[in-house]
Amino acid sequence: MKAAVGTLAAGGMSARDTILLRVREALRLPAPMPHFKSLLPSVGSDIPSTHAGSTSSAGLAILPLDVARPWLPDGGDTPESQLAILATNLEKLRAQMHRVADLSAAADFVLSLARTRDWKRVAYHGHALVEPLLAGVPCATYRVDGADAFDKSALEHCDAGITACDAIVAQTGSILVSSATSGGRSLSILPHVHIVVATLDQIVSTLGDALHAAKHRGAGRMPSMLSFITGPSRTGDIERILVLGAHGPKELILILVG
Amino acid sequence: MIASDAQSPQLAKKKFLRDATVHVQDTGHRTFVQKALGGYFVSRDAQKARYRDWEQARDAASLAKWSAVNRLDELLPLFVANFEANGGQVHWARDAEEARRIILDLVREAKAKAIIKSKCMTSEEIHLNAALEKDGYGVIESDLGEFIQQLRGEPPYHFVFPCMHVRREEISDLFGKFLGTPPTSSPEELTMIARRHMRQLYVDADVGITGANFLVAETGQISITENEGNARLTAALPRVHISLSGIEKVVEHLDDLAVLLPILATAGAGQQMTCYNTLYAGPRRDGECDGPEEMHLVLLDNSRTAILADPEQRDSLHCIRCGACLNVCPIFKNVGGFTYGTTYQGPIGSVITPHLRGLSDWNHLSAASSLCGACSDVCPVRIDIHHHLLHNRRNAARTAPNRLEKFGHQIFVIVASRPWLFAAGGAIFRRTLGVLKRLPLPLLRDWMATRTLPAAPRKSFRQQWRQAGKDSL
Repeated sequence: MKAAVGTLAAGGMSARDTILLRVREALRLPAPMPHFKSLLPSVGSDIPSTHAGSTSSAGLAILPLDVARPWLPDGGDTPESQLAILATNLEKLRAQMHRVADLSAAADFVLSLARTRDWKRVAYHGHALVEPLLAGVPCATYRVDGADAFDKSALEHCDAGITACDAIVAQTGSILVSSATSGGRSLSILPHVHIVVATLDQIVSTLGDALHAAKHRGAGRMPSMLSFITGPSRTGDIERILVLGAHGPKELILILVG
Repeated sequence: MIASDAQSPQLAKKKFLRDATVHVQDTGHRTFVQKALGGYFVSRDAQKARYRDWEQARDAASLAKWSAVNRLDELLPLFVANFEANGGQVHWARDAEEARRIILDLVREAKAKAIIKSKCMTSEEIHLNAALEKDGYGVIESDLGEFIQQLRGEPPYHFVFPCMHVRREEISDLFGKFLGTPPTSSPEELTMIARRHMRQLYVDADVGITGANFLVAETGQISITENEGNARLTAALPRVHISLSGIEKVVEHLDDLAVLLPILATAGAGQQMTCYNTLYAGPRRDGECDGPEEMHLVLLDNSRTAILADPEQRDSLHCIRCGACLNVCPIFKNVGGFTYGTTYQGPIGSVITPHLRGLSDWNHLSAASSLCGACSDVCPVRIDIHHHLLHNRRNAARTAPNRLEKFGHQIFVIVASRPWLFAAGGAIFRRTLGVLKRLPLPLLRDWMATRTLPAAPRKSFRQQWRQAGKDSL
């Protein structure tokens, strides 16, 4: 399939080679640096990489991985401050956060949700944090990564989806889910309610921390999907008025264990 | 319409002038659009205040893009190699025609019955929907704003807020007409109508088409930013995922997104983070329960390398399409999004459209600016937007000089370098201004249509200066 679509031009040069040649030709003349207001980079003749220690020899050490960017919004530097910032952010985002002591308390909470909202079917995936929550629910359940092949219509009929996550970012109130650890791609987006269960130690300070951890966990091969979820689905497309639940979940409920 | 690609230069300029005149006088429309933007300014400022140093964040974002765009020769092949290692398939398109053909072939090969699309301005640039529909494929725009625009048969009004010019009553009528729903004036209820309508369409679609906000070179991932969850669904449920992206979207490190994602959200929509920021690394993996079987990425040049070849304006490729420059632009707010007649409206559109579609045809956009610099002031990646409009004016004057203007300047040089002639000319002008005002001279007529000239002073400035000097002695 790759070779099928018009890769060969009239002149015999593929679109790939033509574009890459144009890029090389175009970059022969150097461009001036942007008018920075605060950074005073020591620019050599090379174009700097944004990271210290990467291929560039210019030594522009301004965004090293291990240093928090002290100019972005604060994500907190102690577990307590991170939790406080996270709680504030989630509230502003109109996401719900429930702290419970242990998994059995979490299961009780899910049970009460299922009862009061009269859920008919709840979807989940195989995970040590998720499965115990399904033990007592008074309705049908659907496991997306079960023995049977995934059925998107079945998932569409579920009232809620319960997933684990990779990390929780205090700085922005974002929950990082992935196809590897959160039951694939659809479970966290298709059902009307998304419940995330996580432990306190999954809270990180910044987006940079979460990305750094994801990169190392992936060990050179990232999961096919990584998604920062920041609050319930929303839109402002009608007169710029905020409405929750555009296409994704209308509600985002974070259960923090510990 | 594909035909708009071939729009004649005179038509583009005439259309701009005509539509601008109409819109400027439509105070109802202007008030509505400015009111809709009111909330944006409030939330943007509130979110900016959470940055410990917004200016430094802008510097970092700008550096990340500058560093990547200026090493595109190295990073683009690196991205492609990593994306392919992840199992994705890359297709290169030199221009819009080639991109359309590639996507049509992919859709045909997938034997697509239903196609669902999430918002992708690059697909507007290549007029993809019209091409797909011409070949008999039904395409559904899933982003609420784009869906409304699709039903209205209009292109996006604003490349971030596609239907910000449409009133809720009009949307209610539109949904009533196409979906048979009862009238409502509640934005919430209107959103739920679209939500209910779309859900089965996601499940039924066999091809999903998305754009891309960033291409991460070191990991071979594409990053998509959205609020509604429609792009997440589009890339999760259909069997084939096709993404279309300009080649300039490459960034080097995954970690660069730790700056770019929040700054895009804050500048673009006054958010701390956009609701969903998702990175895709190829199709479904072994052991994953869902996701597409194939993932294709179409990399589009379409004159981006021409901008790249201009070091002076290369930074216009840093654009992350946040739309902040539109929201603050006095021209955009007065003439409205459709007047531009371009895929990318507002100041950044006025800079890049002449490159994408020809400077001689689109140079009138360079003049659609008060040069106030509000756009450059807010640009999160520090593109020197308003100076680029001046650069385009200069370049247009160089490539196709205006003879009348040139003649005028020659006359001015002769007069201004001879003080006696300058004085004589001034004296004649002061005495005849009253008559000149009434003559319907073409240049004066347009200027005078909305302005009143003051009466000419009796004495020239130089005479008055000498007089004042004497008095003060």
